[in-house]
Amino acid sequence: MTVDELRKQEAPRPAGLGPVGWLRWGWRTLTSMKTAIILLFLFALASVPGSLVPQRGVEPEKVAQLYQQNPTLAEWYDRFQLFDVFSSVWFAAIYLLLFTSLIGCIVPRTATYLRELRRRPPAAPRNLSRLPHFSSFAGDLTAEAAAARLRARRFRVDTGDGWVAAEKGYLRETGNLLFHIALLGLLIAVGFGSLYGYRGNVLVVEGDGFANTVAAYDRYLPGNQVSAESLEPFSFQLDRFETTYQVEGDKRGQELDYSAFLKVSDAPGAPERPYELKVNEPLEINGTQTYLIGHGYAPEFRITDGKGQVAFEGPVPCLIEDKPSMTSGCVVKAPDARPEQLGFLLRFLPTSVALEGGGHASAFPGALQPEVQVVGAFSGDLGVRSGRPQSVYELAPPELMKKLKPLVMGTSVPRPLAVGQSLDLPDGAGKLEFTGVKEWMTLQIAYDPGRLPALVAAAVATVSIALSLMIRRRRVWVRVRDGVVEVGGLTRTEGSAAGFTEEFADIVKALSAGDKDAR
Amino acid sequence: MGAGGGDEPPVRAGADVPADAGSAAPRWASKAALVALLLGWGAWAANLTAIVTRGLAVERWPWANMYEFVVAICFAAATAFLGTHLRYNVRFLGPFVMLAAALGLGFAVKFLYTAAGPVVPALNSYWIAIHVSAAILASGLFVLAGVTGILYLVRGDGLSRLPSREYLERVAHRAIVLAFPVWTFAVIAGALWADKAWGRYWGWDPKEVWSFITWVAYAAYLHARVTAGWRGRKATIVQLIALACLLFNLVGVNIFISGLHSYADVG
Ligand code: HEM
Repeated sequence: MTVDELRKQEAPRPAGLGPVGWLRWGWRTLTSMKTAIILLFLFALASVPGSLVPQRGVEPEKVAQLYQQNPTLAEWYDRFQLFDVFSSVWFAAIYLLLFTSLIGCIVPRTATYLRELRRRPPAAPRNLSRLPHFSSFAGDLTAEAAAARLRARRFRVDTGDGWVAAEKGYLRETGNLLFHIALLGLLIAVGFGSLYGYRGNVLVVEGDGFANTVAAYDRYLPGNQVSAESLEPFSFQLDRFETTYQVEGDKRGQELDYSAFLKVSDAPGAPERPYELKVNEPLEINGTQTYLIGHGYAPEFRITDGKGQVAFEGPVPCLIEDKPSMTSGCVVKAPDARPEQLGFLLRFLPTSVALEGGGHASAFPGALQPEVQVVGAFSGDLGVRSGRPQSVYELAPPELMKKLKPLVMGTSVPRPLAVGQSLDLPDGAGKLEFTGVKEWMTLQIAYDPGRLPALVAAAVATVSIALSLMIRRRRVWVRVRDGVVEVGGLTRTEGSAAGFTEEFADIVKALSAGDKDAR
Repeated sequence: MGAGGGDEPPVRAGADVPADAGSAAPRWASKAALVALLLGWGAWAANLTAIVTRGLAVERWPWANMYEFVVAICFAAATAFLGTHLRYNVRFLGPFVMLAAALGLGFAVKFLYTAAGPVVPALNSYWIAIHVSAAILASGLFVLAGVTGILYLVRGDGLSRLPSREYLERVAHRAIVLAFPVWTFAVIAGALWADKAWGRYWGWDPKEVWSFITWVAYAAYLHARVTAGWRGRKATIVQLIALACLLFNLVGVNIFISGLHSYADVG
C-alpha cells in the first residue's frame, strides 16, 4: 500500500452526520493505520506493569507477601487488576480493539488484493524517462519479444501498441495479508487453548505418588470448558530424586543436573513403567505434558506431644530461602498435639557449618551435613481446624499468630539439630525429632489443545512477514519506437529503490541482448 | 580474559560517503579509512576468538549468561556493520557502530564478567543454539539500526560529513526489515523452548513481556514508516524507543526484575 492510498483511507471529520455517519467515521478511524500504531503502543505500554508488579498467575506467593507488607498498596493494585494484568478488563479492551482494527484492515485489503490479482499491470506512462529508473538503447526489439523476455523473468505482462507493461512481486502483499491473518489465528489458538485446556501445579515428595485428578493438585487452573472428568487418568510415583552439583572451582555449588525417577502408569490398571523425568524433557501422555520445574528439601520430623503421643510424623517440604546454599524455611505443625497444638518455625541447612561469631549457615546446596535450626517453637491454636483454607507455609493466620505462646525463641534457641537429634520443649510440652531428609519436586502438568494451532500460526507469521518485508513490488515498462527501446522502472515499495537498481540494470541487459536468446 | 577489543577505528566520519558529501576526500583520508577498516576487521577477529575460546573452555554454546550474551551481541553488531560494508557504502557508520560495540564490551567486562563455567540444567539444551543465536543476530542488526537512527536525529540540514538523512533512514530501515523476522523467530523459538522447559509456551514472564513489547514497538516502527505524517523523524523516534525496550530487556530485566529467566548469572 502506498502513502497516497493510505491517505485516502484517513477518515474525514464528520460534520453533522447522523448516527450512521458517526458509526462509519468511528469504524474508519478504528481501522486506520494511525489508530493501529497508537493501539500497538498502548498494547506494549499496558504489558509493562505486568513485568513490574508480581502476577498472581506467575508468582502468587509474592502477591501474598505484598498483601502482608503493604496492604493498602496491594488493595489499590488489585482494584486496577495490576496483579492480573494479562487477564484484566483493560488489557482485554486494548487487544480486542487492536484485533477489531486488524480485522477491519484485513477484510478490505484482501478484497483489494484479490481484485488486483486479476487486474492487468497499468499502461505505460507517457514519458518513461521521468521514472526513477530509466534506460534506452538502439535496437529492433519488438514489443512481443520484450514481453516474452519479461515473462521469462516471471513478470506479469500486458502489451499494447508498441509498449509493454510488467509487474512483479505480488507475494509481498500475500505475505503481508497472511501475516496479519496469522496474528488473528494466533490469538484464536491461544484463546481456544485457554478455554479447553488446563494447567496445574503439584509438589511431590520422594516416596509419594500423584494421580491426575483435580483433587490431587495444589493449584489447578482449568479453562472454562474443561470438566473434571476429562483429565487424562495417569498416575506415577516418585521413587527417587537426584541432583548433582559442581563441587569445586569458581562455580562450586552450581547445579549441574537433576532427575526424578518415576514409576508411571498410563491409565488405571496399566502396567507401571520406569521414567526419568528431567528439565527440558517433559513426560507426555496423550497430549498431557508433565514438566519438572523445581526441587527442594523435605526434612522428616517426629513430634511427640505433652502427653507422650506421637502427634506428627513425616516429611515437611520447605521453601527455599537462598537458592545458592539451598537454605530453606520450614513450618511444621502438629494440630493433633495435646493438650495444646504445637507449631515450629525451622530453618533447614543442607550443609551446615559453624560461623565464627556463633550461629550456623549452609555452605553448599547438597545435603552433606544436614541440620535443622529452630527459629521458634509455639503452642496454642494454629487455626488449622477453622475450616478456612490455610497456607502450609504459614504457622497460623495472622490474627491467631499473636496469641500463640512462644516456647523457644530468640536467645534460648539451641544449636542446630543433626539427623537423629531432638529438641525437648520446656515444661514437658513435647519433643521435636529430626529423623531424615527427603527431596521434593514441583511439577507443572498442562493440557493445551491450542499449542499446535498456535505453533502453526506463529510459523506462518514468521515466514509471511519475511516474505512481506523482503520482496519488492516492482513495475517495468518498455516502449519501442523508431528503432529505440526505452525502458522505465519503478518500485512501489518505498526505501528499496537502491536494491532495485541492480535488477533493473539486469533487465535492461537482458532486453538489449541479441535476438538469439529471445524466447 | 579480555573479550577482544572492538577498538574504535580512527576513521573520519564519512571519508567517502555518497551523494551530498561534497568534494572527493583527500588521499590521506582514504588511507586512514583503509587502516581503520583493517583495524575493525582485526578487532572483529579478536572478538570472534574470545567467543570461540570461551565456547571451548565451557564446552557449551558460549552465550548462556549475561556476560557472554552481551559479548556476542557486540560481535553481531560489528559483523552486521562489516558485512553490510562489503556490499553497501556504509563506511560512515564504522566509528559509531564500533564505538557502541567497544562500549558494550567494556561494560560486559567491567560489570558483568563471570568466570567460565557450567550453567543451570535448564540451559543445557539445543534450544539455546536456536533461540539465543537468533536473538543475538537480531539484536546486532537492531543496534546497527539504532546507531544509524541516532545519526539521523543529530544530523542537521545542509552540508555534513554524514550522508543525507534519507540515506540514513534507508540504512536503518533495511537493517530493521532484516532483523524483524529474525526477532519474530527468536521470540517464537523462545516460546517453543518454554513449552519444553516450563510447561507453557507463553506465561508473561518478565523476559517474555519485554520481548513482546520490543516486538510490538518494532512493528509500530514498520507501521509508522508507511503512515503519512509519521515517516522520518517520528518513525526514527519510535525505532529508538524500540531499541531502548530491547536494551532494557537485556540489562534491566536481568538485573532489576526476577523471573524464570533470572539465571542470567550477573557478575
Ligand atoms: C490494528 C490493525 C492493523 C492495521 C490496520 C495494520 C495495517 C497494516 C498495513 C496497511 C500494512 C502494510 C504496509 C505496507 O504495505 O508496507 C501493515 C504491515 C505490517 N503490519 Fe500491520 N496492521 C495492523 C496490526 C498489526 C499488528 C498487531 C502487528 C504486529 C504486532 C502488525 C505488524 C505489521 C508488520 C510487521 C508489517 C510490515 C510492515 C512493512 O511492510 O514494512 N500489524 N500493517
